[in-house]
Amino acid sequence: MAENSCELFDSGHRACGGCGAALVSRLLLKATGKDVIIVSATGCMEVFSTPYPETAWKVPWIHSLFENNSAVASGIEAALKKQGRKEKVVAIGGDGSTFDIGMLCLSGAFERGHDFTYICYDNEAYMNTGIQRSGATPYDASTTTSPAGKCSKGNNRPKKDLPQILAAHGAPYVATASIAYPSDVVKKIEKALNTPGPCYVQIHAPCCTGWGFEGEKTLAIGKLAIETGLWVNFEMENGVVTRVKKVVRKPVESYLKEQKRFRHLFKPKINAEEIAKIQAIADKNAEKYGTDLKLKSKSGPVVP
Amino acid sequence: MLEITEGSHAVAKAVKMSRPQVIAAYPITPQTHIVETLADMVANGELDAEYITVESEFSALSACIGASAAGSRTYSATTSQGLALMFEVCFNVSGMRLPIVMTIANRALGAPLSIWNDQQDSISLRDCGWIQFYAEDNQEATDLHYIAYKVAESVEVLLPAFVCFDGFILSHTYEPVDMLSQEDVDRYLPAYKPFQKLDSDDPISMGMYATPEYYLEFRYEHDQAMKRAKDVISKAGKEFGEMFGRDYSALVEGYRLEDADTAIVAMGSLCGTIKDSIDEMRLAGKKVGLLKIRCFRPFPAEEIRNALSHVKRVAVLDKNVSIGAKGAVAIEVRDALYGKTMPVLGYILGLGGRDVRISDIKNIISLAESGKGDQFYGLRTEVL
Ligand SMILES: Cc1ncc(C[n+]2csc(CCOP(=O)(O)OP(=O)(O)O)c2C)c(N)n1
Ligand code: SF4
Ligand SMILES: [Mg+2]
Repeated sequence: MAENSCELFDSGHRACGGCGAALVSRLLLKATGKDVIIVSATGCMEVFSTPYPETAWKVPWIHSLFENNSAVASGIEAALKKQGRKEKVVAIGGDGSTFDIGMLCLSGAFERGHDFTYICYDNEAYMNTGIQRSGATPYDASTTTSPAGKCSKGNNRPKKDLPQILAAHGAPYVATASIAYPSDVVKKIEKALNTPGPCYVQIHAPCCTGWGFEGEKTLAIGKLAIETGLWVNFEMENGVVTRVKKVVRKPVESYLKEQKRFRHLFKPKINAEEIAKIQAIADKNAEKYGTDLKLKSKSGPVVP
Repeated sequence: MLEITEGSHAVAKAVKMSRPQVIAAYPITPQTHIVETLADMVANGELDAEYITVESEFSALSACIGASAAGSRTYSATTSQGLALMFEVCFNVSGMRLPIVMTIANRALGAPLSIWNDQQDSISLRDCGWIQFYAEDNQEATDLHYIAYKVAESVEVLLPAFVCFDGFILSHTYEPVDMLSQEDVDRYLPAYKPFQKLDSDDPISMGMYATPEYYLEFRYEHDQAMKRAKDVISKAGKEFGEMFGRDYSALVEGYRLEDADTAIVAMGSLCGTIKDSIDEMRLAGKKVGLLKIRCFRPFPAEEIRNALSHVKRVAVLDKNVSIGAKGAVAIEVRDALYGKTMPVLGYILGLGGRDVRISDIKNIISLAESGKGDQFYGLRTEVL
């Protein structure tokens, strides 16, 4: 990776130490280089990177609203086309912006087929406003609007399957990635940028503050999500899954117990019934995407 | 060249000749004919623009933000529910100082649903930081688009502008309109040179977030730009007059006002009916005049005060109501006349397409003369 002096996403921004979303910003600009225009949605990334009069972005950048980054990107793409300019257009938003409030603009822009890349940094809740649930919040996660309590086990709905929804729009390239695997993130963003038409990359971006873990564990948590099958890294080209990260799966507890948002499943006593439901989600993911590494022989070594 | 044409088509032609590079719009009655005509023009190669068929008005104006920020002259059109859906985006456009021009074919807001004309839609957005023009007829509606672009893009201003004209009453009416030629328009409105833009060779950040140490100053500068717009509008309107013979230098325009005892204040197509009524009342010896407000934002308070200082009473006709208060124009005109002693009486009328006739204007003058005002006019009490 380049030296800090070559970074297009500058240091000195206001993200929490260990913020997964800040890593996404950095990796994004490594992939894009300078010839890009970025459209940010309201959310942590926008707020921590551009407190007026300071900005961390050394590329042209615009923020308009929480829910319109895809529409703003549509307009930029149209203007560049008309002016004969060659910059790439990237819209980026959190899961709240992408899965929930921005769905209308996102669906419209994908249906119209604009040539742009949409990046969702998925930290699985509305972090900027204080950790409220979104359509991307995983089952049973405790948030400030889906708190665990006597009558609640946390968020009572599974995560919305947005990659499939966007693939169904006819998007030529849809991928998921995780900041735990930085070079994979860069590669997938590059691929999206180089594929004509609307492309989508959803990047798992653990949030130490919102999930409740120490800032130095961000990458480890991201890895565990994949190793348990609760997050799957895959690529879809023209609606067909073409690449999947295979893993030797660990039980979901190893991921859940590291985070305060799932603490109610372990304390005051272990809630085996709920953990089993989450394990079933992981099993279903593994089956759907074929992520399980098949062991050659029972005693043989595992080559991931 | 004089053409007899539908208002929407005349506006679409003016927009075409303004050479927008990106158009994003969504159909809604009674604006639809404008965007359909523009789509036709693009499809037939008469207009070389990117036309984005967005999925909502919210996205229409959002796409305009992107296009304008990237350095293109940008256009949209809407009305009523569509404008209401754009509420959040409107503040964003003006806050980022993007010189987008948008036509509003004025229409009532639901509930109850109404597709007919009043001015509640754009009036409800009077605080959103856009310039607001109101056209009396289709000639004015057409000409105001060139002026709007010129003013909006001026570096002293850099603000977006609504050009409002009454839905159906103007948008769907065939009237003779003197259309400029493309050469004329090009002389008046040169090719767009953005003041700043998103550009990878010179990166800037736009739409950043401001802490309490900065926000107040942003709003002050926005307000100052709007105030500077007054002179820029006057200059642009004068230049238009010098080039094409129709002078739009005044933000407010008097009609038989010099010796009037009673002044009517109004905006939009109503002014035509009022002028006819005044001519009739003058024949009967009544000294009545009109003050037409062509530019509602920036609000020409001084001009209104000067124009009305000699009259005995003022009757303000509002095609909108700030529910629980009065009509918005009446409130602001009264404010402009603060300290003067003549009564300023407000009449709310014509909402949701209710016809306003010459006889109604005459009745209102009688009411004003007897000191009765601040009321809804023309209520059908039998259905209350
Ligand atoms: C229309 C609108 N509704 C609500 C908000 C308040 N708001 C700002 S950011 C945010 C949550 C952002 O969540 P997400 O997109 O997941 O980004 P994150 O903060 O998690 O990075 C909310 C609810 C807003 N700015 N605009
Ligand atoms: S709250 Fe989470 S997403 Fe927001 S800056 Fe902190 S770590 Fe990053
Ligand atoms: Mg989030």
